Amino acid sequence: MRFRAKIVDLGCLNHFTRVSNTISKLAKTCTLRLSPDKLYFILSDKVANGGVSMWCELGQGNFFDEFQMEGVAADHNEIYLELTPENLSRALKTAQNAKTVKIKLTNKHCPCLTVAVELPSLSSSSRIVTHDIPVGVIPRKLWTDFREPTVPDFDVSIYLPVLKTMKSVVERMKNLSSHVIIEANLKGEMNLKIETDLVCITTHFKDLGNPPWASEDASQDRDSENMAEARIDIKKLLQFLAGQQVNPTKALCNIVHNRIVHFILLHEDVSLQYFIPALS
Amino acid sequence: MKCLVTGGNVRVLGKAAHSLSRIGDELYLEPLEDGLSLRTVNASRSAFACFLFAPLFFQHYQASRPPQGQPPRCKVLMKSFLSVFRSLAALEKTVERCCIALSTENSRLVIQLHCKHGVTKTHNLSFQECESLQAVFDPALCPHLLRAPARVLVEAVSPFSPALSEVTLGVSRGRRVVFRSYLEEDTDAARAMMTEMSLSEEEFQQLQAQEGASITFCLKEFRGLLSFAESANLLLNIHFDVPGRPAIFSIEDSLLDGHFVLATLSQSDLCSQEPCRPGQGTHSTTHLDDFANDDIDSYMIAMETTVSEGAAVTPRTPSPVSEEEAEPNVVPGTPPLKKFRSLFFGSVLAPTESPSEPNPVLAEDSEGEG
Repeated sequence: MRFRAKIVDLGCLNHFTRVSNTISKLAKTCTLRLSPDKLYFILSDKVANGGVSMWCELGQGNFFDEFQMEGVAADHNEIYLELTPENLSRALKTAQNAKTVKIKLTNKHCPCLTVAVELPSLSSSSRIVTHDIPVGVIPRKLWTDFREPTVPDFDVSIYLPVLKTMKSVVERMKNLSSHVIIEANLKGEMNLKIETDLVCITTHFKDLGNPPWASEDASQDRDSENMAEARIDIKKLLQFLAGQQVNPTKALCNIVHNRIVHFILLHEDVSLQYFIPALS
Repeated sequence: MKCLVTGGNVRVLGKAAHSLSRIGDELYLEPLEDGLSLRTVNASRSAFACFLFAPLFFQHYQASRPPQGQPPRCKVLMKSFLSVFRSLAALEKTVERCCIALSTENSRLVIQLHCKHGVTKTHNLSFQECESLQAVFDPALCPHLLRAPARVLVEAVSPFSPALSEVTLGVSRGRRVVFRSYLEEDTDAARAMMTEMSLSEEEFQQLQAQEGASITFCLKEFRGLLSFAESANLLLNIHFDVPGRPAIFSIEDSLLDGHFVLATLSQSDLCSQEPCRPGQGTHSTTHLDDFANDDIDSYMIAMETTVSEGAAVTPRTPSPVSEEEAEPNVVPGTPPLKKFRSLFFGSVLAPTESPSEPNPVLAEDSEGEG
């Protein structure tokens, strides 16, 4: 099992750093899956996460100048690692002006992802910062826990409002309630609602637009004005919104009435899916 | 004692206070003929810091009033002293003059900040008279020296998290200077990230140490001096010896000098922390095992102190190893700093007051009697 990769371009490095920062805000530990073409950051819906799950996919060619890997076996040419993403973010933070960043799988006192950063210096030889990030190698028999989630049979699919706006609305709501109801319809309308003993607050978003497949897949007798809703933990929603560092090219969510909310963010070469289950 | 600081030097004095506050809770002031000395020591006696401001640093400096002769040495609460100089930005912008005077009649250290627009802020700090706080150390006795502009060292430690307690500094293969994060014994090695910064010898003005030389010391305390040195744009010297012997970090210019003396771990091997040891568990377990067996006597560096009213320094006699092992600071679970070798501080005892047992003095006090 081997892995080595190198980033030379500062733009790619910054982009990768931002992805890493986003992941570190969404999960304390997650699975890093390496395949010859792609990297995945995966959080599966265990009870410990409160039912939340995440699937983030990156095309390696858009980030790395060099990327070589050898999986556990020829017919299973992949590597699954358990990783604390905050460590990766901290390591990349030291690489802001780096000449090169190399990442490799090594075996120090335990399996590690070693990030070696070459920094410019006034002398003739560069400074080198090395970070050894401990990782856990996930055995092949557990790989089935980390399958790509299927897009649920949603009731409504809608484009999200500007995430920053959504975030500031939810931030204020967080002080008043621990749950928020997110509801949307096929007419491009979305509401965020909180209901407490003292007060009900609803923020209305209009003209958001629905993705083309929304009306195809949804059941025919669905009135386009009918709202599909889900009551979710407000902290989890805020965690998702607050973690975003990059404005996505496309941001949408699918709602399965009273079951689950499925967020999809697309940005060039990175796709992030985030599932928040509805509370009963 | 009375002295007057003006202009930009007020901020320098404030910066020194910030630096010292990273070490100890009490600030010892000693007005000497050489200048005003500010000193402190940490609770576990593993770090000592002092700044000496030469008379030329002040617009006016008077160590003592002639009739009194010997100026009183006093100590104040670090928190109180620091609060006078809390905001460095404000010091720079509004304070024109700072007057420090020891008023024995009122038992107060009076610090007056004369600010713009006719505003005067007067702080009356209560003080306690005390013995001189003096650590015995001599940079000249240290075989290894590393000297670099503060900026280089600031950049060298920037990859480390501010939460990191200890760091190992050493010279590795190829004459590269290496800083490496040190994992404490109780850290979960499976989770902890290890970070290392390696710089070429060329970045240092002077590197007098052979490959393999290394020490492990408290990074947080070192950062205290480092930030001062960086703001004053000075060169910083690191004098060190074998692991276990204190390391001396010093800066100087024509108007002041500063010394931070930090204890080092008795087992510090840059190479042993390298990954290629088969069957090794966490690399830090060896430190804990060796520490308890080390011979304390061979590392004592100075004489004991006297007890004076309220003085923070407590008497210690050189004792057989068994007594040392009962020291509170070897209790498991105590913060890592307490596992450092304690520094013992010399005093300015008159010969007649010296303790009955002769103490092995391994390093003479180079700073002279106060």
